[in-house]
Amino acid sequence: MATRKTTKKPNVSADELKQYYRDMLLIRRFEEKAGQLYGMGLIGGFCHLYIGQEAVVVGLEASAEDGDKRITTYRDHGHMLACGMDPNGVMAELTGREGGYSRGKGGSMHMFSKEKDFYGGHGIVGANVPLGAGLAFADKYKENGRVTFTYFGDGAANQGQVYETFNMAALWDLPVIFVIENNQYAMGTSQKRSTSTPDIYTRGAAFGIPGEAVDGMDVLAVKAAGEKAVAHCRSGKGPYILEIKTYRYRGHSMSDPAKYRTREEVQKIRDEKDCIEHVRDLLLEGKHASEDDLKAIDKEIKAIVNASADFAKESPEPDLSELWTDVYVDA
Amino acid sequence: MPTEILMPALSPTMEEGTLAKWLVKEGDTVSSGDILAEIETDKATMEFEAVDEGTIGKILVPEGTEAVKVNTAIAVLLEEGESADDIGAAPTAPAEAETAAPAPAAAAPAKAPEAPTPDTSPDWPEGTEMVKMTVREALNAAMAEEMRADDTVFVMGEEVAEYQGAYKITQNLLDEFGAKRVIDTPITEHGFAGIGVGAAWGGLRPIVEFMTWNFAMQAIDQIINSAAKTNYMSGGQLGCSIVFRGPNGAAARVGAQHSQDYAAWYAQVPGLKVVQPYSAADAKGLLKSAIRDPNPVVFLENEILYGKSFEVPKIDDFTIPIGKARVAREGSDVTIVSFGIGMTYALEAAEKLAGDGVSAEVIDLRSLRPIDHDTVIASVMKTNRCVTVEEGWPVASIGNHISATLMERAFDYLDAPVINCTGKDVPMPYAANLEKLALTSTAEVIEAVNQVTYR
Repeated sequence: MATRKTTKKPNVSADELKQYYRDMLLIRRFEEKAGQLYGMGLIGGFCHLYIGQEAVVVGLEASAEDGDKRITTYRDHGHMLACGMDPNGVMAELTGREGGYSRGKGGSMHMFSKEKDFYGGHGIVGANVPLGAGLAFADKYKENGRVTFTYFGDGAANQGQVYETFNMAALWDLPVIFVIENNQYAMGTSQKRSTSTPDIYTRGAAFGIPGEAVDGMDVLAVKAAGEKAVAHCRSGKGPYILEIKTYRYRGHSMSDPAKYRTREEVQKIRDEKDCIEHVRDLLLEGKHASEDDLKAIDKEIKAIVNASADFAKESPEPDLSELWTDVYVDA
Repeated sequence: MPTEILMPALSPTMEEGTLAKWLVKEGDTVSSGDILAEIETDKATMEFEAVDEGTIGKILVPEGTEAVKVNTAIAVLLEEGESADDIGAAPTAPAEAETAAPAPAAAAPAKAPEAPTPDTSPDWPEGTEMVKMTVREALNAAMAEEMRADDTVFVMGEEVAEYQGAYKITQNLLDEFGAKRVIDTPITEHGFAGIGVGAAWGGLRPIVEFMTWNFAMQAIDQIINSAAKTNYMSGGQLGCSIVFRGPNGAAARVGAQHSQDYAAWYAQVPGLKVVQPYSAADAKGLLKSAIRDPNPVVFLENEILYGKSFEVPKIDDFTIPIGKARVAREGSDVTIVSFGIGMTYALEAAEKLAGDGVSAEVIDLRSLRPIDHDTVIASVMKTNRCVTVEEGWPVASIGNHISATLMERAFDYLDAPVINCTGKDVPMPYAANLEKLALTSTAEVIEAVNQVTYR
């Protein structure tokens, strides 16, 4: 894209760069497909798409190690794909089918994978923040050197329990990275209209928690910030805040007419800041990949996403007996 | 093959809409994310974006058309290399939403009431040596024993460590287990309840003490939405082994905000287990079971009972199963069902009634979720009369639930309507005389028994 400036020299290998391109593209194509299935009535209820924000989770996953944990709110499909959960299982959960991660009982906002250390998927804004600190508490208790990425939005940043958690996380040096995905709109309310401070990361200062703002449309900047935060937490210095400035292209949920911002505003970000186009440019300009190489990746991703949609349509609805299972763990 | 673009559902409830405006025309090239049209739903006008890239081959539904059903083909998209001549080859859109419609649920067959099969096994073997212990000591011993046995068990809450517990339930635990496992929290119920739930998911077994359950109202979202529901929402992947405990209900002269009984509130929530012991033996045995349980347990204590002494069996590893009631006193004329501090009224009334020649059977529910209905029903089938006793408010009370279950499962055995003795339907007053009036009483229980026995 001609208008884009790619001044930053990549601090990663060509293979890594290709991997980020692939991972971000998978999220975008998956979400577009989810939007399409929603339009066909195959996905119900609330469905919050991650399109535009892909560099946040892909950049941070690049800074994580095996055994590190992640937890987020309800705009969660991107986090699941980025940490390696199976697109088939995620899509089948969206369609409420037996093959879904929660066997159809959770839906878009409530998916989990203990295997991938993904702890949800939470529908109550802000509630996942103490939960994430609790996961970090357990890791510190076990002295296993793991860290927890606790994602929440600029809207959640105004919930009281976030600050209760900041206080305890700092007091007890919990290995938790608070990732504020600032996409500038809490549903339909812009940050200007809802938040007293322009830089949300500075709110950690009251608790002695270091923080910084990060360009969330640049996967390499996110990765670098993630590495810094992870090193801080893993060395026992306590929590760290990353306020990642990003942008969502779609509405808050599928039924959002998006009248609180102009079409031009969205288009401008798409044209000038798109995170996938950024990596695409880096790959092409650095001659790390050819147009044909990228076409091959596009094709591969399209096949994965189409397969997930087919799986999600063909997987049967849960057996009626499932109504009564999993209310309790057998004592 | 050309792709049909279908009329989308743009909200969870949309069935049809108006195709207000096309923003592309035949022959336009589009890529994913481009806005194709504006569609009016019952709620708003929405923009509709392309998913695939290609060329608009044909517009099938002109703008301004009203009542276009969801999933109707509204345009045809041509991929690279296709022409408008291929349009006939587009597949007819399958009515996918319909094939996904849920199969009708099988109607539940009308069930005949099941005969109760209560577990009548004794809580401990006959002849067991007993020791005197207060409820406070019993709770403290239960935590200490479980912490010795399992180093993933820890206790957190306000003043639990250095202060030795606001009500001294955690006395000496800091000395024995250290600050890593006995953790003073700031005054931040919402926050530390959430941290407790996260720690449980992380493989620990937290005991979260609320200084009183009144303060846990700040944390109720974490207790219900996070602790109780996640195992279900995760398809069984994420159980939550946590105990929330503390004093519940009225103490003495502490006013409306410090006197609420939450038994019925929490007993309503699937995914939680709820217990409210009366005796020291039950307090100890149930707390040990609660700590070991892989599910979240709401453990309701009572400040007035903390200092009361009971006989506790001297057995290593003594537990009481959650979900099993206890026949505290056998009788034949009426069944009095209670739990927690309500048992003091129930037992006192039974003693006085015996002097009047009325034989009351008293059942201590002990667990409120699950409730041991079988023990209650078996007793009522014998006595044909029932009175329930609790300090909580009357609307949607535990007594209401017991009454409804008796109607369903033992209607033919009832010789009188069930009476629920409860707290009065008012916030708790401060004045000593009014507070006494606001709670239930032994006299009210006796009066209720007289009514159901038509005396």
